[in-house]
Parts: sequence; structure tokens; C-alpha cells
Amino acid sequence: MILLSTIRRILTQLRHDPRTIALIVVVPTLLITLMYFMYDGQPRVFDRVALTMLGIFPFIVMFLITSIAMLRERANGTLERLFTTPVGKLDLLFGYGLAFGGAAAVQAAVAAGFAYWALGMSAAGGLGLVVLIAVANAVLGVALGLLCSAFARTEFQAVQFMPLVVAPQLLLCGLFVPRERMVGWLQGVSDVLPMSYSVQALTEVGSHPDPTGTMWRDLGVVLGAIIVALAVGAATLRRRTP
Amino acid sequence: MDTAIEVTGLVVRRGKRAVLDGFTCAVPRGSVTGLLGPSGSGKTTLMRTVVGVQVVTSGTVTVLGSPAGSPALRSKIGYLTQAPSIYADLTVRENARYFASLYRLGASAADEAIETVGLTRAAHQLVADLSGGQRSRASLACAIVSRPEILVLDEPTVGQDPLLRDELWAHFRRMAADGATVLVSSHVMDEANRCDRLLLIREGVLIADDTPAAVKKAAGSDDLDQAFLNLIRAHEKVPA
Ligand SMILES: Nc1ncnc2c1ncn2[C@@H]1O[C@H](COP(=O)(O)OP(=O)(O)OP(=O)(O)O)[C@@H](O)[C@H]1O
Ligand SMILES: [Mg+2]
Repeated sequence: MILLSTIRRILTQLRHDPRTIALIVVVPTLLITLMYFMYDGQPRVFDRVALTMLGIFPFIVMFLITSIAMLRERANGTLERLFTTPVGKLDLLFGYGLAFGGAAAVQAAVAAGFAYWALGMSAAGGLGLVVLIAVANAVLGVALGLLCSAFARTEFQAVQFMPLVVAPQLLLCGLFVPRERMVGWLQGVSDVLPMSYSVQALTEVGSHPDPTGTMWRDLGVVLGAIIVALAVGAATLRRRTP
Repeated sequence: MDTAIEVTGLVVRRGKRAVLDGFTCAVPRGSVTGLLGPSGSGKTTLMRTVVGVQVVTSGTVTVLGSPAGSPALRSKIGYLTQAPSIYADLTVRENARYFASLYRLGASAADEAIETVGLTRAAHQLVADLSGGQRSRASLACAIVSRPEILVLDEPTVGQDPLLRDELWAHFRRMAADGATVLVSSHVMDEANRCDRLLLIREGVLIADDTPAAVKKAAGSDDLDQAFLNLIRAHEKVPA
């Protein structure tokens, strides 16, 4: 009940901001179109990069939106006030997770659909699984954004968390250098970064017509990372402040 | 006399300073109690403690028989923060309905609260587009929407015109008459006169806890403004 009205409140805030909605929906599609022209004449490369990007965009966007939204709750005093009401921490965390997860689903569906039908991206396992993994990745972005916002006091700090959290995952997820060709310790780092698993899952969907065991395992790892991030996020969210 | 809020030996450190240092007071149930004191004296800090969002160093704060901040109290407390704390990107009505929903109340409770603060005609406006005074009233609407048993209001009438101030105070008095306990901070002495009791706080220490009439008598002035100055200055001369 409180969870539902919190989700509705967050979505209503989004609805009053049509430009943000437009950016959420259009930007990934535009960037994938840009890649389409960059890799003109190399359809195999485009397939691989576009698939990976479909997992990464929602993560980055939702990470940023969530950290800023949470920071705003803190800065404008609504968080302090909410904590004097019957709202539970989980109502807030899941409220953001589900509301922005829904937005991410729209984003991923539009971008993946456009890449598939308009740009001829091929994904052997089908679009549904691509969108599913993209949404899982977006929710991971929300969960990490909620967690990081606890450590940011200002917008400047919050924005700095984005390169800190996103860049290593982006560099080590196997998009630029295949993971098995990295030096041992880098592979080890890559192994503990959740995005490595979502990119691997997307690659599996790209090359296998049926969902593979590896893909389900990877998706499970991403879900596990979401739960851990939310749990730590709940633990760092304090009803009382100094 | 039944006590709604009881504070004993409260010490609160913020940063390096003890903002409240051994603060003790009691607020009777069903009363309007004014919290007065110079800027930076610790009024907001005390209110944050009562609503349970302030980290406390030592001492006890009991509200309606439970420790401040207990889950059971959260449905019984309304808190108005000093700076308006509502969602600027929602309309007044959407804000009020959201806060109503947290207490499992519906749209009618929200509309009633909006009416009480005189914002019915602006209910469909985004909070970001409101005037400063309207914004603080929108925030107030969200604090009273649940008709709480304990109402903690941090400078609720700042920026309001005399007519509205009068109406809002009439409403606070009505709520107290219905059994609610209202703790309200203010810098306006003519509002202090409308309280049942006054708590005077200076640098985190309670320097008076009495009815407005008794405070005036003790300070030797019929004018509450002057009485207040006298008391503050008297305490400056005698270092604690
Ligand atoms: N977050 C904080 N960290 C450190 N010190 C703080 C913090 N917030 C307030 N203080 C200090 O605590 C003291 C009391 O602050 P408080 O906000 O309770 O005052 P106040 O009586 O409400 O003042 P005003 O009438 O101006 O609202 C002030 O000296 C202030 O500088
Ligand atoms: Mg204050």
C-alpha cells in the first residue's frame, strides 16, 4: 500500500518532467543508431557492440537518475520528513527500484526494438531475453545508485560516483578487451563486477537461439548483486542523522 | 496534568558542539506549547529529537509513553520542517495525497488539509510554481493531513500575512482543543501570547518553562518581546 503509493508518487514526478522522459526513451536509441553508422559494413561487430550497449545504457542512466533523485530527497528535507511517517526504508528502496525499473523497461524495449527492426541487429535468442537482461541491469543501476547516494552529500559528489562505479565496469566487462585475454588480476576484478555477467548474458543471447545455462547463471548473479546492493543500501539509510 | 512529551537530561552534539546540553522539559497533552529562543539556540534540534530523526548523545525523550522515534509513534506524529519539505515537481494535491496515503488515508483527508491551509484554489499547481508563503502552507498541509496526536511545527507561520496567521493559529488551537499536543517554534511574540505554555531556550539550555502570563510576570514586563529580551539578557550576565 505505502509501496504502491510511493511508486505512483515517483512516476508522477517523472510524468511532470516530459523532457526527462523523452531523454530516457530517445537517447539510447540515438546512440545505437550512431553506432550503426560507425560500424557501417561490419554487421557482426555492430551486433556485438549494440547488444552490449543495450545492457549498459539503462544501467548508466538509471544509476545517475537514482542517485540524483535520492540526493534531492535528502537535500529538500523530504527524506527526513518521510522518516517521521510510517514509511519503511524498504518502501522507499523498492519504490525507486520498481518505478525506475519500469521506466528502464520502456527504455530498453524501445532501444532494442529499434535496433532489431530498424537497424537489423540480430539476436539469436530473441528480443524478449535482451530486454529482460537490460531491465535487470537497469535495476542494478537503481540499486547501486541508491547505495552510492548515501555516500554523497552534494550533487558534485554524486556525479563523481558515476565514473567511479560505471567506468571500471564498462572497461572490464569484455566490450573493449575480451575478458579471457586480460591479465589474471584484471580478470579477477572483472569477475567480481556484476556488469561482466550481464554483458556475458547478452552475448549468450546474441549467439544462441535458446537460453543457455550460462545465461541463466549470469542473470542470477545480477539479481544477487541487486539484492546485496539493496540490502547494504537499506543498512546505510539512517532514520536518524547527526 | 497528562504529559505528552517528556525530555530528561537531553544532550545532543552536532558537529563538535553540544547543541542541547542537559535539556529537561515536559509538554502537557492537549496544549499548544511555544518554543522560543534566539536563532541557533537549538529549537530545530529539539524538535528533530522529538520526532525521532536526530542522533542523541544521551538523555531520554519520551513521547506518548514511548521512546521518541518508536515505530508505533510514526502514525501519530506530524512534523513540519523549518524549510518546506515537499516535492517541488508535484502539485499541492499530489503532495498531500501522497503524505495522506502514508497514513492509509484517502483523497478526502488530503483535500481537507489543503482547505485548512487555504490552498484549495492552488491545489492543482506545481509546488515549484507557488509563492514562498504558499509553499510553506503546502508543506504544513502535509504535516496536518493525518490529524496527528502530536504536531511538531517548526516556524509554521513564517512569510504568512496577518489574516492567514490568525486562521492558522485558530486551527492549531482547535486541534489542541480536540486533544492534540502542538509544539510550535516561533519568533513572533504575538503568536507566543496564544500559547498555553512557553519554553524559552538559550544556547541549548532551558531558561523558562511557564505560561505566557507567568513568563511576563517573572521578567517584569507586560510586553512579551521585552520580557523575552530581559530573560535572555539576565542569563547572559550570569554565566552558567
Ligand atoms: N547539521 C549540523 N551540523 C552541525 N551543527 C549544526 C547542524 N545543524 C545545526 N547545527 C548547529 O546547532 C545549533 C542549533 O541549531 P538549530 O537549527 O537547532 O537552531 P534553531 O534554534 O532552530 O535556530 P533558528 O531559529 O535559526 O531556526 C546551531 O548553532 C547550529 O549551527
Ligand atoms: Mg530552527
